[in-house]
Amino acid sequence: MTAAARPLTRRLPRGVRQLLVALPFLAPAIVLFGAFVFYPLVKSVYLGFHITDPFGHNETFVGFEQYADVLGSSEFASSLLVTGTFTLYTVVPAIVIGTFLAVLANQRLPGIVVFRTIFSSTLAASVAITSVLWLVLLHPTIGPLNEFLIDRGLADGPLLQDGGWAVGERATAFDLFAAWFVDPNWALISVSVATAWMNIGLFTVIVLAGLQTVPDELYESARVDGAGRWSQFWHVTLPLLSPTLFFASIVGMIFAFQSFGQIDILTDGGPVDATNVILYSLYQESFQNFRFGAGSVQALGLFFILLLLTLLQFRFLAGRVFYRR
Amino acid sequence: MARLFFDGITKRFGSVAALRALTLEIPDGEFFVLLGPSGCGKTTALRIAAGLEEPTSGELYIGERDVTDVEAKERDVAMVFQNYALYPHMSVFDNVAFGLRMRKHSREEIATLVRGAAERLGIAALLERKPGELSGGQQQRVALGRAIVRRPQAFLMDEPLSNLDSRMRVQMRTELVRLHRELAGTFVYVTHDQVEAMTMGGRIAVMSEGELQQVGPPQDVYDRPANRFVAEFIGSPSMNILDATPAKEQGRSGLRTADAFVELPDALAAAVAASGARQVVLGVRPEHLMPVDGEAATFAGTVDLVESLGSEQHVLVALRHGTVVARLPARPRVEAGAALQLGVASEHLHVFRGDSGARIGP
Repeated sequence: MTAAARPLTRRLPRGVRQLLVALPFLAPAIVLFGAFVFYPLVKSVYLGFHITDPFGHNETFVGFEQYADVLGSSEFASSLLVTGTFTLYTVVPAIVIGTFLAVLANQRLPGIVVFRTIFSSTLAASVAITSVLWLVLLHPTIGPLNEFLIDRGLADGPLLQDGGWAVGERATAFDLFAAWFVDPNWALISVSVATAWMNIGLFTVIVLAGLQTVPDELYESARVDGAGRWSQFWHVTLPLLSPTLFFASIVGMIFAFQSFGQIDILTDGGPVDATNVILYSLYQESFQNFRFGAGSVQALGLFFILLLLTLLQFRFLAGRVFYRR
Repeated sequence: MARLFFDGITKRFGSVAALRALTLEIPDGEFFVLLGPSGCGKTTALRIAAGLEEPTSGELYIGERDVTDVEAKERDVAMVFQNYALYPHMSVFDNVAFGLRMRKHSREEIATLVRGAAERLGIAALLERKPGELSGGQQQRVALGRAIVRRPQAFLMDEPLSNLDSRMRVQMRTELVRLHRELAGTFVYVTHDQVEAMTMGGRIAVMSEGELQQVGPPQDVYDRPANRFVAEFIGSPSMNILDATPAKEQGRSGLRTADAFVELPDALAAAVAASGARQVVLGVRPEHLMPVDGEAATFAGTVDLVESLGSEQHVLVALRHGTVVARLPARPRVEAGAALQLGVASEHLHVFRGDSGARIGP
């Protein structure tokens, strides 16, 4: 049989033939990733080198100048700091509280399923619902928190006295907003509380799943060895939970960097950029100021920061995770 | 070291009674084996002793102290779990040292005690390793090390050898017996494996469905099972059991089974008569059936199956109505399909009541 008489596919090298078989299976993923990940990524890099008109056209090439300007600006540094603080405020308390609730919910008691459901329920609440809920809770005049504080004489007037402005003026000037979200000293903390609350459900579920992989015999063995509840938690639960907590911390951090909805609803990045995290800042730059180039640079900055943080976490934290399966 | 005393302990899980009024005294320093099939309550009894389960009623004493309401951590007993329950994130040293640390021993004391225990068990070279890096046998030793290092009032062991391969199991069996001799401690050992019970136990307790069936030295339990359950549970292959009725044939007292008339020794025949039982069960251990000719034969049948174990052979003989298993020497070889006549020495017969299963006679 001559080479020409053999079917085409037989004449191709084995690797190429395998690729031809694989391509149809990969095609849907390639198309989706291409359209929604790779193309925007490349386009962002490209836009970063250009200044455009408000419609994103008539690009003018500016090279690395725009990267240097945006990433070197004090606004970017400040929004980086806000983002870092926001991450710290949301991830740490949510993991600590989530772990506490998960440990409670992991007890073998009748009706515990009810509590498991309640503890993890914030997982089911959308960002918008959570935001509106906290908007009401922290509302300056009708909010239960202020009512509680004023009733006990902890706050004087319809709003918290702070920042040098007259209380009454603020109430009229920012009628739609609670002072908690308007006061530059409290806004980031208030948004963080709302976000942390929303994350508690997720962390409770994650940690609960982690707790249930710890064999009962280890606790029994520890009890016979003379360990009380606290020792059991400290010497058995926590070390065996460390991979789960590591995972939760990465997820929490990425969530924090991706937070947008609650900031858009609660504070619009204000007051005075107090809650202007990178993601919100790049949104403002791109879709309110229509400076697509500057927005793209911020997006790429965020991308590399997340990449770096994830690598760092894997490199340094992974070594301290006591137990890997 | 101390004695253990179960005083009428009952344990219910919902409507299921795992233990029914267990009363059992385990003297100080004894190697005591709780033996029974799964679900018989032996592990529940052990866990109650450890303080991991609370009895529904009854009291537990360690030494002279009533520990029924004492927390596990305050009882000063050690437990070896079936799957070892080693702390996977701790080194062997830390695993063994954990109980001592919980009891606030000094650093130097811990180092000395852990080294001592590790040397005794041959794991001194493994102290820096994690449990995941050890073989099953090594993990088992670490689990034992964790128990012996504390010198507790009692050692509680829940099927500790069941996850080992058979060679390692035989080796650990002898090591455990040696360890018991050296430590002179109270060992309570739970197993479903009668070979472990027979070879290791100073005394054994056979349990079934939450109730104690018989307590005694292994050989006594084997020779004189208290009831039909114990008779069938202990011994491998298990005892041949044949339904029978008391009968008198040609002036001799005995039992009539579906296949044969079996003459009983006078004392046993008298006991059967005195018991008033109309239906009884005849028990014959496989090793007490011997090939014989003519007159001496009790059972006659055809060889159905031969299991050759090298050192001996187990021969399944089909009688006209039932089957019996005989445990015969490896030679001469018996072939399937051959006719075989079996005799039994009357001193090796066991008789149990047909209704309650209780032993009749001495």
